[in-house]
Amino acid sequence: MTLINNVVEETKKESRILTGNYAAAHALRQVKVGVVAAYPITPQSPVVEKIAEFINDGKMNARFVKVESEHSALAVCVAASATGSRVGTATSSHGLELMYEMLPWTAGNRLPIIINLATRSLGAPWSVWTDHSDFITIRDVGWIQFMCEDNQEIYDTNIQAFKIAEDRRVNLPAIVAYDGYILSHTMMPVMLEDQKEVDKFLPPLKHHINLSDVSQVKGIDPVTTPHIRDRGSEGIVPGYFEYRYALQKALENSIEIIQEVHDDFANKFGRSYGNGLFKKVEFDDADIIILAMGSVASQSRVVLKKLREKGLKVGLVSLKLFRPYPAKLLRELLKDKKTIVVFDRDIGYGYEGVLCYELKSALYGLKENPFIKGFIVGLGGRDITNEQLIEGVTRALDQEKTGEISQTTEFLGLKLKELSDYDEATFFKEAK
Amino acid sequence: MVNIMDIPEEEYIYPGTRACAGCSMALIYRIALKALGPKTIITVPASCLTVLHGMQGFCTTKVSVLHTPFATTGASASGIVASLEDKGLDQDINVVAFAGDGGTVDIGIQSLSGAVERGTNFIYACYDNEAYMNTGVQRSGSTPPGAFSTTTPGGKIGSKKNMPKIMEAHGIPYVATAIASYPLDIYEKFSRAKNIYGPKYIHILAPCPPGWGYLPRRSIEIGRLAVQTGFWPLYEVFEGKFTLSRDSKKFLDSSKRKPIEEYVKAQKRFNSLSQEQIDNYKAYITDLWAGIESRIKED
Ligand SMILES: Cc1ncc(C[n+]2csc(CCOP(=O)(O)OP(=O)(O)O)c2C)c(N)n1
Ligand code: SF4
Repeated sequence: MTLINNVVEETKKESRILTGNYAAAHALRQVKVGVVAAYPITPQSPVVEKIAEFINDGKMNARFVKVESEHSALAVCVAASATGSRVGTATSSHGLELMYEMLPWTAGNRLPIIINLATRSLGAPWSVWTDHSDFITIRDVGWIQFMCEDNQEIYDTNIQAFKIAEDRRVNLPAIVAYDGYILSHTMMPVMLEDQKEVDKFLPPLKHHINLSDVSQVKGIDPVTTPHIRDRGSEGIVPGYFEYRYALQKALENSIEIIQEVHDDFANKFGRSYGNGLFKKVEFDDADIIILAMGSVASQSRVVLKKLREKGLKVGLVSLKLFRPYPAKLLRELLKDKKTIVVFDRDIGYGYEGVLCYELKSALYGLKENPFIKGFIVGLGGRDITNEQLIEGVTRALDQEKTGEISQTTEFLGLKLKELSDYDEATFFKEAK
Repeated sequence: MVNIMDIPEEEYIYPGTRACAGCSMALIYRIALKALGPKTIITVPASCLTVLHGMQGFCTTKVSVLHTPFATTGASASGIVASLEDKGLDQDINVVAFAGDGGTVDIGIQSLSGAVERGTNFIYACYDNEAYMNTGVQRSGSTPPGAFSTTTPGGKIGSKKNMPKIMEAHGIPYVATAIASYPLDIYEKFSRAKNIYGPKYIHILAPCPPGWGYLPRRSIEIGRLAVQTGFWPLYEVFEGKFTLSRDSKKFLDSSKRKPIEEYVKAQKRFNSLSQEQIDNYKAYITDLWAGIESRIKED
């Protein structure tokens, strides 16, 4: 049954007090997604509840497929996108992990689907609080990945993400992440833009795949051989290797387009986020730089002043674009800095914080390398305090003096000493 | 009732697919597409049907096909339907999921159950070759008891899931069984299903020469035996009303049924069946038909 209702709310430009989740829901409404498929999970659920309400109230004209799992959610999104609709969804943590199989599938198909991710740690044990573990586990599957620092940025990044993802030079899926609870459930003023202006910025989707046009017969994603194939009169067909090379190139090229779209947005709506890839704070005269993402970057902004009062020239780079990793630009940006302290709200288990080791590899081979030291903070929602961050910077500077490049991962904010009967030797063996 | 002259000559599968010689799944697909016609979008999970579709750069069918990961067939169909609704095209185009038994009764059962529970307007067709054939004949939830597979070298222990019944229990408007050996019946059922609004489920037994252990030329004959022994009754349940299909009707009379031995002895996969297991099959068939009889009486 087709239920085309035309009672769609025409939003006028206005400032609203919204949670991060609602900012995401409003963005999905205003970009006019045709299909949403989603499954509830804390702390993302209010996004899908709000969308259900918008549709029910006639404020949004989308099909909402209320699936039975996140794996199906992304499978629905993939099929709907391949049939030619604009598609968006939202999830967290275990939901994202359950989608995992479909993530490289989406990217390999070059489908411009947007996922909103309210970040949350991964079990076991159960935890509903934020860290960036879910966000980092999907770094190698071909998605564009953004991290936001406030609710306005969630709204703005969503609108940009669709434009970037649907650009013919890109055709890639993207994920817009924000810290669970810290942003997802916290109210802030968010400027909603006039619907007509959003429409002008983001014209209707013109899809490279459109199964709904049955006059064009397409076989999408059949078995693809290791080698190119000569199909005679139909020409030569790429092998898997060529398709995946194209995916990598599209990601690399997208960095330029992400900046372009960001700048267009800034010109039109008057809000900007650094260069669209990262944001610099007190940067130019600093010789010590903190590198962090999302909630960690927000907290770091607060300590810059305190550190400067101590006579340390500290600045901040808040990474907004995590994939494709803007390695070249970061290298150019940071090559003359003396010290870089990386705070990871994630860990590449068995090695170290992911932001830290990725930065090290991005700066590899410089004549004079900055001293880079990483710390793990705030896993599973542990509060990140100013003291922890200040201690991190201080410890890094101490280690730099001795020239010690430590591979030992250091956690800040652990409370081992406060555990009763804490005995390190047995704790590591028995702690569950 | 259709006869052979009603079946369109137009073929929707190009010749020379990658299915094995004697593959009855290919026949099922061929007949089903004739019934569905050109305004159809197919979604297919990992299976022998993926292999039938051949390699990148070419579409083996004259209708579009979206390949989808193994567990997602029902969801994939839902996505296509949702997008067609978004575009106002859902009245014109058939959305059809075509999956093997593993993709249906095992890994895909959740997404199928979700799709039909939501009332998705599509046809789900399961071709049941009673094992994971594409990956080398491993057992599935639809493998019959005692059958050899590469993961049940001593014969399968457990039952064959009754998927049509599971689908019926979802309260959907149309459920049917079919088998490759009776193509007119397949044609009729797909033609009927495409004109019904809501979720439709068709479960088609698909004899498979390498997986079942018989010569390719015997596929049709083996399938007929499945019907003639009463092992595989052909029926439809339309809006709750049960109808035994033409080719199964006479087997209501148990004396018309061939002994199950004729079916199992024709296939190597049943080589290790004991007399006790054969007796179990007999009891199973007797119960099955007692159930059918009482349903017919009820209706
Ligand atoms: C998640 C996942 N697990 C396993 C596989 C491997 N696999 C591909 S096809 C298949 C079996 C398919 O069996 P069935 O659905 O019965 O179809 P058939 O091959 O018999 O036609 C398996 C196990 C896969 N592709 N994806
Ligand atoms: S293995 Fe069986 S089902 Fe698969 S293509 Fe061969 S005959 Fe057909």
